[in-house]
Amino acid sequence: MTECTERGEGREGVTGPAIVATDVSRIYQLEGVSVPALRGVSLTVEPGDYLAIVGTSGSGKSTLMHLLGGLDRPTAGTLVIGGRDVATLSAPEMARLRNETVGFVFQSFHLLARTTALDNVALPLVYRGMGRRERRERAMAMLQRVGLAHRMNHRPNQMSGGEQQRVAIARALVTDPWVLLADEPTGNLDSATGQSVLSLLESLNADGVAVVLVTHERDVAARARRQIVMRDGLIVARDPAASAGWSSAGTPEESSAPPSSVEAAP
Amino acid sequence: MRLAEAWRVALDALRANRLRSILTMLGVVIGVAAVVALVGIGTGTKQLIEQQVEGLGSNLLVVVPGRLEAGATQTASPLTLEDINSVYRVVGDRSRVAVTISSGETVRAGSKSSFVSMQGVFETTPSVFVRHLDRGAYLTRADVNTARRVAVLGASVAKQLFGDRDPIGRQITIGGVRFRVIGTFAPLGQSLGVDRDAEVHIPVTAAQRLLGTDRIDGIAIRAPDRDTIGQLGDDIVAALVKRHPDTDFSAVTQEQILGVLGSILGVLTGVLAAIAGISLLVGGVGVSNIMLVSVRERTQEIGLRKAVGARPRDIGIQFLLEAVLLTTLGGVIGMALGISAALLVDRLSPVPAAITWWSLALAFGVSAGVGIIFGVVPAQRAGRLDPVVALHTE
Repeated sequence: MTECTERGEGREGVTGPAIVATDVSRIYQLEGVSVPALRGVSLTVEPGDYLAIVGTSGSGKSTLMHLLGGLDRPTAGTLVIGGRDVATLSAPEMARLRNETVGFVFQSFHLLARTTALDNVALPLVYRGMGRRERRERAMAMLQRVGLAHRMNHRPNQMSGGEQQRVAIARALVTDPWVLLADEPTGNLDSATGQSVLSLLESLNADGVAVVLVTHERDVAARARRQIVMRDGLIVARDPAASAGWSSAGTPEESSAPPSSVEAAP
Repeated sequence: MRLAEAWRVALDALRANRLRSILTMLGVVIGVAAVVALVGIGTGTKQLIEQQVEGLGSNLLVVVPGRLEAGATQTASPLTLEDINSVYRVVGDRSRVAVTISSGETVRAGSKSSFVSMQGVFETTPSVFVRHLDRGAYLTRADVNTARRVAVLGASVAKQLFGDRDPIGRQITIGGVRFRVIGTFAPLGQSLGVDRDAEVHIPVTAAQRLLGTDRIDGIAIRAPDRDTIGQLGDDIVAALVKRHPDTDFSAVTQEQILGVLGSILGVLTGVLAAIAGISLLVGGVGVSNIMLVSVRERTQEIGLRKAVGARPRDIGIQFLLEAVLLTTLGGVIGMALGISAALLVDRLSPVPAAITWWSLALAFGVSAGVGIIFGVVPAQRAGRLDPVVALHTE
């Protein structure tokens, strides 16, 4: 409890950006062939940000999200999450960083099937070594916040898709993270349910949580305060309307994306 | 992650695949049950034989012609009663020396008959071996010296020939020669597969006359104490060799008999346990196999757990505990089954069984060890999974 409170207070005091990616590349080795998924991307996520990463499938947006969430490490470039350079972190330290700094929301929810909503939400706290009662109290509060207090003892197969995604959001928030990373959060939902999930994310953002939304739907992206457009592992456009949130530390990609890519961008 | 939480997760996972868990466990159950039951039976048999050999009397030294070696041909006994005097000189106490000449004979009393082991003996036999009389009296020195035709019957012989009637003073014939019954033995039961109640003791002199020989088969000595028994045996053998230079003699102590029997049974028990151990190993391979399947099936779950902050170690421990839980549960059930099987064999068959704490501890330890050994590889594989790959595995 004390550890978490201290960390929470620490976050309040943080003035720097939540995530800073500088000229980040990610190259996969598939059967000896180098496949570049990201080719030098720079990006800053500020506290309280609401950012959409847009792109077609294969554009590198999911790879970027994995990096931003500390699930993966860049092949080149520097990535600083919550003030820590991931290149200096061991696997257990990365796990702790994910646990304390980011919350994930996935397209396919990724809830544990045989586990109640309450225990699903409490799962990240298990890996903090928190006691069962405290975990349940916190998870309960989170379920209340996403409007599912009445569903806490239901299992995923007893809930609708929208409810499952709300449980997933509650799970992402229960650790009080700096950033909430949502990968196609509305992808498996009908449009009405998708709208309500987006509204929930926006209300959480209004409470101060930075939200990074990965999507291929332009209308979903349009709701964000700013967006970046990705193509072939590069950022090819940044929404000027949201330029207020841009990082002042400009990089070649930010100022001068290849002209052909800009033209080809949707 | 706290250990209690890891246990709960492991238990949940096993419960979710109940049938699969039970079938996997079955391999360990059978292996452990086989080890416990077979070791129990081996130990029980060994204990029984040791009791019986000890029942022959302690500090016993048996001197027989020939070498006690595997493959040695039986030597025709050159011993006669005249050799006994040299044994007396070594031992220094006549009451500690017994002799025997034995032969299978048919004993008749009226219309009843019984095939017995006829033993020609000295009057010292009951004090050298442990033999207790039920009725009447044993042979006397005078009986031996005068080759008197008197007999002491074993319990089952007396029962067969005379039923509930008192046999003392009655006439029997051994090999057609008439003898008078002067006593009966208290029942002894079986020893090393021989019915020791089917014996008839008569004076050695009378037996030699009956068989038309002057040889004796062997000499038994009750040593005054345990420490000098080996030296005593050597001295007696030396004295006998001096009289019969062409013959080897062997002096065997009860401990040597126990040692030989014990090592034979020990090897047998070991072989049985090893065979049972192989089935335990096969059970372990089954656990390993099913854990690998489990890791593959739950790859997405592993990815998710890692995404929310599980360290490689947390995931590894979770799967290792699952494997250990499988095998230790199987071990406990196997122990219960093995004990039941051993007790059943003990109760329903002539084969004895004894459960020893070390065999239980070993079986439990081995089953837990099997879980750790065969769980490590799947657990490491789970722990090392790349979270990104794991999350996107279908």
